[in-house]
Amino acid sequence: MIDHITGGEALNVLKIIGITGFTTESISVATNVKSSKMGRKDIVKIENRELRKEEVDRIALIAPHATISIIRNFEVYEKKGVEIPRYLIGVVRCPNPGCISNTNEPVPSQFEVSQKGLHCLYCDWMITNDIKNYIL
Amino acid sequence: MNHIISIRDLERTDIDCLLDKAALIHANCYDENSLKGKILALLFFEPSTRTRMSFDAAMARLGGTSIGVDSVEASSVAKGETLADTIRVVSGYADAIVLRHPKEGAARLASEFSSVPIINAGDGAGQHPSQTLLDLYTIRQSMPLEGIKVGLLGDLRYGRTAHSLAYALSLYHATLYTLSPKGLELPCAITEELTEGGTAIIEHDDVSTIIRDLDVLYVTRIQRERFPDSASYFRVASSYRITPELLSGVKERLIVLHPLPRLDEIDPRVDLLPHARYFEQSRNGIPVRMAMLQKVIS
Repeated sequence: MIDHITGGEALNVLKIIGITGFTTESISVATNVKSSKMGRKDIVKIENRELRKEEVDRIALIAPHATISIIRNFEVYEKKGVEIPRYLIGVVRCPNPGCISNTNEPVPSQFEVSQKGLHCLYCDWMITNDIKNYIL
Repeated sequence: MNHIISIRDLERTDIDCLLDKAALIHANCYDENSLKGKILALLFFEPSTRTRMSFDAAMARLGGTSIGVDSVEASSVAKGETLADTIRVVSGYADAIVLRHPKEGAARLASEFSSVPIINAGDGAGQHPSQTLLDLYTIRQSMPLEGIKVGLLGDLRYGRTAHSLAYALSLYHATLYTLSPKGLELPCAITEELTEGGTAIIEHDDVSTIIRDLDVLYVTRIQRERFPDSASYFRVASSYRITPELLSGVKERLIVLHPLPRLDEIDPRVDLLPHARYFEQSRNGIPVRMAMLQKVIS
């Protein structure tokens, strides 16, 4: 279960983890739920699915306060927050059309995360706004 | 490995060390066989006259030899080979690679796949560290770099030489005056980063109002292709033209630099004034690039 998702971002979280209309998992989605901490939040519950690190990194970019709980036999088996890593490898596309990482070269995109935003380690461009638009 | 990818990778002491070495070479204090038996690969996937020839000449003056390709059409890139593969192959043929490529970040990528040092000779609108080093060297021939007032004029948005120079001058606490046509201003990301680091950047739209305060006027080409039509280009270009009349009353030590090639930005009559240093700047490419080659290869 992914809780404390930024209000309105649940469908983007599903997209990030590859949930489409053709997947077979049983999924519950709640959006704009009242939250004492966040004002409003979204919640996603997916059965029989554990997340990979790259998926958690992507979720952290659009829902930095999200918590991920693994529930087994109706009990919370593990609960953890998400954290944006210092480097994002192959997670975000560089918005600079002239960047070498947007060509057929055999390299993933590489960004360094700072308080100002995401810094492309190839072309030095910064992504400061609308980061979710560039998530791969 | 001793790659030179971006001026931002160099500390002030690294730059000073390279400029000191270039000055010694300029005074003929160097071993002309120091790179004997070494091979430099020149991979130029964009047109170049000065940079390519000066690296070639610099290598020859140090006793080494150069090999290379001059265009995409003449290389396996035309067959669809990736830059990564080209670099892996060529690094087996040479002791260092000088790379010019139209894509930003190309030299950084090349350094990940090369077994020999990479020198970035320009990557799209990105960095051009060897040009910056020779710009600094030329300024230092006339005055100390610390605390100078530098006007950056022309296409500051796409002009990679201006970007690299702005970063380098920030290490010397320079004050930067930027003058550019609307839409071709220094990118906000660069302005913000330098300002946050303590560099004073003052934007102007009329060079005549500030030219008497400047120690250095760095002029770059206003690229015709950035304008919708010829009339718009000539209207803007004429307002950024450096003439002897404009230079009357400037500081005696003011120098005018230009990475060349120039089009209409500098009146040819300026060439005869003592302020004009752009041809000397171009010649300084040899000792500076010799110093760079010695650093990365030896």
